[in-house]
Amino acid sequence: MISKETVEHISQLARIDLTDDEKKRFGKELAAILEFVEALNEVDTSSTVPMSGGTRMSNIMRKDHEGSGILEGKADELRRAARASKKSYIEVPNVFES
Amino acid sequence: MKRPSLFTPLDPENFGSEAGDEKRVYQKQNKNPVLKGGDLTGFTIEEAGHALRSGAVNVRDLVSDCLSVIHERDRDIHAFLDVYEDALREAEEKDAILRDAPETSPLFGIPIALKDNILVEGKRATAGSKILENYTAGFDATVVRKLKEAGAIIIGKTNLDEFAMGSSTENSAFGPTKNPCDESRVPGGSSGGSAAAVATGMALGALGSDTGGSIRQPASFCGVVGMKPTYGRVSRHGLIAMASSLDQIGPFAKTVRDAEIMFSAIAGGDEFDATSVHHSYEEAEKSFALRGLRIGVPKEYFREGLDPAIASRIGELLKLLEKEGVVAKEISLPHSSYALPAYYIVVPSEVSANLARFDGIRYGVPDREEENLFEMYSKTRARGFGPEVKRRIILGTYALSAGYYDAYYVKAQKVRREIASDFESAFRDVDIVIGPTTPTPAFRFGEKTGDPVSMYLADIYTVAVNLAGLPGISLPVGTVPAEGGKKLPFGMQMISPWFDEKTLFGAARGIERILASSPS
Repeated sequence: MISKETVEHISQLARIDLTDDEKKRFGKELAAILEFVEALNEVDTSSTVPMSGGTRMSNIMRKDHEGSGILEGKADELRRAARASKKSYIEVPNVFES
Repeated sequence: MKRPSLFTPLDPENFGSEAGDEKRVYQKQNKNPVLKGGDLTGFTIEEAGHALRSGAVNVRDLVSDCLSVIHERDRDIHAFLDVYEDALREAEEKDAILRDAPETSPLFGIPIALKDNILVEGKRATAGSKILENYTAGFDATVVRKLKEAGAIIIGKTNLDEFAMGSSTENSAFGPTKNPCDESRVPGGSSGGSAAAVATGMALGALGSDTGGSIRQPASFCGVVGMKPTYGRVSRHGLIAMASSLDQIGPFAKTVRDAEIMFSAIAGGDEFDATSVHHSYEEAEKSFALRGLRIGVPKEYFREGLDPAIASRIGELLKLLEKEGVVAKEISLPHSSYALPAYYIVVPSEVSANLARFDGIRYGVPDREEENLFEMYSKTRARGFGPEVKRRIILGTYALSAGYYDAYYVKAQKVRREIASDFESAFRDVDIVIGPTTPTPAFRFGEKTGDPVSMYLADIYTVAVNLAGLPGISLPVGTVPAEGGKKLPFGMQMISPWFDEKTLFGAARGIERILASSPS
């Protein structure tokens, strides 16, 4: 069981408001999942380099030139997904409260 | 609905037949100048393509037949979240093009369904979530652009577990999809809608996404072919991200060749996906020689938890393959049992980062205006996300938080390296690894929803492939009987080395040929 306080702290970090029921349920379920993944500690990884993505390639370079322009002119469409926009900007509530 | 006697639907038992085969239905009907619609939905993509290009059928009839099946059956099955009726108008345009000039694209005029986490410009894309219920995509995913360029017709968007998180489609905010083989059972997931759409003929092919088995597992449950490409083979641009280091888009189809046709069309590097690889794909030979093919059978995949009927059918097939000159040998993938635990750290961690964008500002329906920013975020997300999505975000946030990062995330990424190394060693001795796709056939609704870990076990044989970034395919190889005379299909998984889809498709076609001559 993961404590209610820990679940509350994590839910704040994740920006998800949880009900009391959810806090209790997630506390229990997370404990079960963490117990399940505990098995990872059986593997000796003292000399293993962690993977850092889905591919084994690194440092992919590309030429510094103009792209194909397939997404040219789509900015309006993208802004339309937002709740509110002004001119060419997405509108956001005040970040700092007065 | 009209069912003209002119056309005999394909025998589903023989759907694996070769294109050059005498069984091709439209060839039998060749004396008739044009086949009218009725039930063209039994066609494979390959057959339909030949029939369209030879003028034996037209695109409108083909699309109209798929729409008819959707209208007839989808009230019960619920494979689709959106059906594009304007596909008919598009079909007429395609017919006009076909009348004017010969078309060579194998996908020209073929109705294809898309999992609803893949963007089509001007169409809704919900990812199965309430938070995107009213989101309209502003651009085409690269795979969609490629399908459109190949002349395919997008017929609609299919149901999925919310943000592709799940193994049954029970996590869709819009209600589950039912398994067409037995409606009391799940179709698998997360791409359950795409699998059900292909199994019923609502579309001739479909795209899904596979992060831990989300194409191969529902393909197994619904009795169709499902393929997950090598990580980087297919652009993820325009796929709503779940776990970016694992996600790949891939095809569902009735046959291996159809899956290869779709894969060929969508594969390739893309300026909008830095992890995509500019390797060209050269198609497998039509008559791939099984003789001499070295198959590895991991002993870890045949232990407790596997349905004995699945184990014995795969054993039987291996014997048949050996008669064809295949060299099968037992291999070991020693870290197999750690794949699921590693997966359930890596995935939630990436999920918690990827889903931060659904905040009520850029995407999602915001809560009341008067609240402060923090409350707007946390209330929008609380209302917009379902339980499994919340569970994974919370778990991922925990695993990445101060003090736990090394213990969970880094440890899981190290074990992931060991899992990839297991495969690397195995592929020094064998060309293909074969095993079950799923431990059981389709399970019942509600059977696993109360226990997240038991749901995760449905992906026990598929997640390692994603962690290692390998390509894999699930081939329907048999059925087990269920109540009421129903038959539940199951699949066999084949895995090839990185970027060797050519051998994967070739060997799968060879095995499909043997299956056609040896029904279970």
